[in-house]
Amino acid sequence: MTILFTILSISAISTVLSVFIVIAERFLNDYGECSIDINDGTRTIKVKGGDTLLSSLAANSIFIPSACGGKATCGLCKLVVTGGADELLPTEEPYLSDDERRSGIRLSCQIKVKRNISIVVPEEFFSIKEYKAKVERITDMTYDIKEFRFKLTDPREIDFKAGQYMQIKTKPYDKGQESVSRAYSISSVPSDKNAVELIVRRVPGGICTTYMHEYLKTGDEVILSGPYGEFYIRDDVSKYVFIAGGSGLAPIKSMIFDMIEKGMDKEMLFFFGAGSRKDLYYFDLFKDLEKKYDKFRYIPALSKPEPEDEWEGETGLITDVVSRYIEDEKNKHAYLCGSPGMLDACIRVLEDKGFTRQIVFFDKF
Amino acid sequence: MDIKNISPFVIFFASIFTSNMILSNFLGMCSYISVSAEYKTASGLGKAVSFVIVMTTVINYFIYNYLILPLGLEYLRYIVFIIVIAAVVQIIEMVLDRYFSNLYSKLGIFLPLITVNCAILGISLFMVIREYNLIQTTAFAIGSGLGWWLAIDALAAIRERIAKNKLPRGLEGPGITFIITGIMALAFIGFSGIFIIQ
Repeated sequence: MTILFTILSISAISTVLSVFIVIAERFLNDYGECSIDINDGTRTIKVKGGDTLLSSLAANSIFIPSACGGKATCGLCKLVVTGGADELLPTEEPYLSDDERRSGIRLSCQIKVKRNISIVVPEEFFSIKEYKAKVERITDMTYDIKEFRFKLTDPREIDFKAGQYMQIKTKPYDKGQESVSRAYSISSVPSDKNAVELIVRRVPGGICTTYMHEYLKTGDEVILSGPYGEFYIRDDVSKYVFIAGGSGLAPIKSMIFDMIEKGMDKEMLFFFGAGSRKDLYYFDLFKDLEKKYDKFRYIPALSKPEPEDEWEGETGLITDVVSRYIEDEKNKHAYLCGSPGMLDACIRVLEDKGFTRQIVFFDKF
Repeated sequence: MDIKNISPFVIFFASIFTSNMILSNFLGMCSYISVSAEYKTASGLGKAVSFVIVMTTVINYFIYNYLILPLGLEYLRYIVFIIVIAAVVQIIEMVLDRYFSNLYSKLGIFLPLITVNCAILGISLFMVIREYNLIQTTAFAIGSGLGWWLAIDALAAIRERIAKNKLPRGLEGPGITFIITGIMALAFIGFSGIFIIQ
């Protein structure tokens, strides 16, 4: 009897309080219809107030890059807000420099749309779409790197620049896990419009890489969004230097093949840094390309070659190898992708050779 | 002195100084230790805690006296109090977000953290144990809130001052914070003898 009474009273009290909260939410969180003015009236969308700017825009198919899914931990969803936002929140502070604060940059995942709001969205964000896709093929590249080919089902075509990246949304595979979004560079060429290929290295304990390496099977449906990023071939020069390590090969592969497909007659030097032979992948592909195309040179370098590798190529740290091959910055642009440590070291080497920051482009992960 | 008829003023001052929630009862320590590295943030949390303490304690007073007691559910007070605190914090968050966005931008992120602050549940429970009436409860809640705020402000100010000083490695972070808290508690004991409520 007591037990029943206890359960009933607790349930009753909880219900009453929940009803209160629901009612409060109804009235307090109802900001009516608000309009979001984009780029000075170029586009205006009407949304129901109360949601974050990031999700309100996503509901209207405007996708702002965000790797954390709106938790204010990645700082990627920055936008210029010209009017209609509340004061800066403490959750945003760590991601904004003084200059950014002055120019009105905010994290769109933290701002709630409470009234009419006006924002500036960079043009390239409008081409970002959400795609339904099917896993068409999974290939083992090395012991810890896999290549995934996704066939786009809805929409069926994608336009991107070689070097840009896509985000993939995981499905929860463990208890209590939430869906997360992670970014990976596209390794296929832009002319391959119906599919994208991503190269993913397994990170021990990583939520998304574990999902992709262990749980994703051929035929599975996934949600991708993109293309994002400003890592793509810019100006026209006569010589291109590419440096990559690990899964950083992905955007560089896309760039090289895109340039060759487009018939751009350029000198290309591709350095790829790895530990031993077992870390090298797409070796034959680039070796063949080197034979077919005399302006392209492929320079893989192993830092710790094993005796059984019978390695005859370059050895040593990628920085030393780059330093040996490159003399000056004349007519050259450099494109780098890899781990922050490797990138920073390579950028220092390039700077010693006279490269300025304006002609070195990189994608750190 | 008859413990039941203490003047609300005495309760108010006692709960700030001699019976400080942190420094004599050691309640609400988790956020006190973890959010006290920076004065500005600590002060924000202090204000938010004070505000929530006053709101929830008064609401819990009515719920206890007009719902729990008549129904004979005293044994459920822990659960009921914590549910009420959680719900009130939620509603406060929404109200602030809607009408006091200025305040929300400063306190907003702390509110969810406060739901599980033991000081807040502790004050509701002390109110029951000490059989306070409404005026005493209000004085007790305001005093305890201010006391908590004072304690975290003081600690954060000290921590900011010593932030650049060299410490033995094992004492960095929580270690030295506990020592400071201990010394502060000793200092606050100096106030006792002036008045006591427990």
